[in-house]
Amino acid sequence: MAADSIHDDRSGFRQWLDRRTGLDSLLHHALDEPIPGGAKIAYVFGSGLLFLFLSQVITGVFLAMYYVPSADHAHTTVAYITKEVTGGSFLRGIHGYGSSAIIIVLLLHLTQTFLYGSYKGRRELVWLAGCVLLALMLGMAFTGYLLPWDQKAYFATTVGTNILSEVPWVGNALKKLLRGGTEMGTLTLSRFFVLHVFLIPAFIFAFVAMHVYSFRRAGAAGPVTEDPASPKLRAEPFYPKQLVMDMGFAVLIIVALGFLAYFWPTELGPKADPADTQFLPRPEWYYVPVFQYLKYWHGSTAVLGILVIPGILGLLLVGLPFLDRSMERRPWKRPISVGLFTIILLGLGALGFTNHREDMRNPGVAAQLKIQHEDTLQFMKAKFEPELSGGSLVAQNMALANPEATKGKAIFEREACNACHGDNGIGTAAAPKLIGVGSKYNATNLEALLHIPTQKMRQGGMPPVELKEDEMKVLISYLQSLK
Amino acid sequence: MSEAVSESPRGTQPESSDRRSFLAGLLAAGSAAVGALLAVPLLRFTLHPVLARTTEKSWSDVGNVDEFQNLEAPVKKLVTIEQRDGWRKTITEKPVYVSKDAKGELIVLSAVCTHLGCTVPWVEQEKKFICPCHLGTFSPDGRLLAGPPPRDMDRLETMIEDGVLKTQYQFFRQLTRNKEELA
Repeated sequence: MAADSIHDDRSGFRQWLDRRTGLDSLLHHALDEPIPGGAKIAYVFGSGLLFLFLSQVITGVFLAMYYVPSADHAHTTVAYITKEVTGGSFLRGIHGYGSSAIIIVLLLHLTQTFLYGSYKGRRELVWLAGCVLLALMLGMAFTGYLLPWDQKAYFATTVGTNILSEVPWVGNALKKLLRGGTEMGTLTLSRFFVLHVFLIPAFIFAFVAMHVYSFRRAGAAGPVTEDPASPKLRAEPFYPKQLVMDMGFAVLIIVALGFLAYFWPTELGPKADPADTQFLPRPEWYYVPVFQYLKYWHGSTAVLGILVIPGILGLLLVGLPFLDRSMERRPWKRPISVGLFTIILLGLGALGFTNHREDMRNPGVAAQLKIQHEDTLQFMKAKFEPELSGGSLVAQNMALANPEATKGKAIFEREACNACHGDNGIGTAAAPKLIGVGSKYNATNLEALLHIPTQKMRQGGMPPVELKEDEMKVLISYLQSLK
Repeated sequence: MSEAVSESPRGTQPESSDRRSFLAGLLAAGSAAVGALLAVPLLRFTLHPVLARTTEKSWSDVGNVDEFQNLEAPVKKLVTIEQRDGWRKTITEKPVYVSKDAKGELIVLSAVCTHLGCTVPWVEQEKKFICPCHLGTFSPDGRLLAGPPPRDMDRLETMIEDGVLKTQYQFFRQLTRNKEELA
């Protein structure tokens, strides 16, 4: 290894470690990456994305410490994170704004690569891995959006998954597969959670590795005047100048995220209410252009708009390094591809703007969106309300709406059944709980057991219960009410 | 870090070592800033259940003081207690007895037997608390009279606010000679 012969002045530990790990040469390889034409601010976006992804992984792992992926608890746990846990709102903000930041920096990275023609000259695999990463990141944004299980998450995802049913032949099957059923529900949430937390991140790690590896094999492309296949400009190593710029960008990102998360906490609306027929779903800003675009296609043309056109555009994007084989990198010499790219970007922007304008011009829509926003703000201000657990008093009182059961409860207490079986039949160390006993035995069986307990029951200290017929009847109806 | 790459690779421009160490310092400062900005909230976030006082004991109403003024024998009351467990809460009713001590002051006794945790009923005919499980017997003010329990019935903390007797319901370890609070 070259590093060994150069650095004999390294500390003993450093040498020890390097002989076993090859860390120094690895570091050399990472830091000495030659950049033709020298460091540039324009090159910071790739490492900015890597930094953002790691920040998402770290904050995501920590958020999972309090989150429960179930339709029953998801919203409560996110509210708990936001309103109760120290720094919870801030971390959720970093994660939430981080997802938007990834989309922005992705666009910048894509635009820079495109305008600089950096996909040219044996860089097809770099580009392909990048395209897969773009899709995976959009998948992360889509799946993560549902997890708080608030109104906007629920309804935006309902619309998002409905689009799948436009796919010919297999559309409905696909939608069912993704939702885990015909309707959105707790299985949908579990699926989205697994995709968001396990599957897609695993693929992202793999494709980041491919992207970076194939990038390093091809080498940095340098400025637009550089020959992409065999660079001629004098190269500067990645360390220190480019690394300092990359680091500066990372600091800028995290400070911006911290600032946003601190002063404008990521919103959490009221819990999803599938019965709400008023709610107007609006996706997160980066999906708004798609949302608006889909409005123009319905009926028989839907397949064209939803599958064919996006499919062609997707193929054009993925196939770019295969279709555009010229070595010309200067954007002003590539009017067709640059023009098309600009038109698509402007088109997306225009769609987003149109959606906003339409929403504001329609008084009904504007009013409803305002109400939704106010509901969200009100929910954010409200104190955290812990979730009532299953064995709670309220549930028991509901069971006692039956007057017979109420009388039975008095007998339960008079006969000191609660001494061993606990108040409300919750059980003690001395005797088992009676909650749910009504689903195990019917009234006749219960009465028989009370008159003549089994051998096992008697060994445990259960005496035979002798009561008047009407008293026995209400006691049994109380036992059956224990759920 | 800076020594590790003091040699420039072939075909690259050499940097002066002063400038390199300045930049290395800048990098170190940058990493520290980014690290701290993430690490501090992460640490506080993780330590929340350890540091935040989420399991504060709360006062439950037992009843109006008036109704206990002419107490002849201990009366059973159900107090509603709310137990918090992170983002969930459980509301349960626990039986307690309101009684008077030797000096005639109101006391509140936990109905949980100090022996094995059965609920102790007041037996009016005997004027005693008699646990049905193993026949531990206690006086009206909760003193141990006979049987296997290791100590008197547990007294709960009380206070009177606006004419309402309140208590702090707690659980205590069973089978120990001294009253030990359970979290």
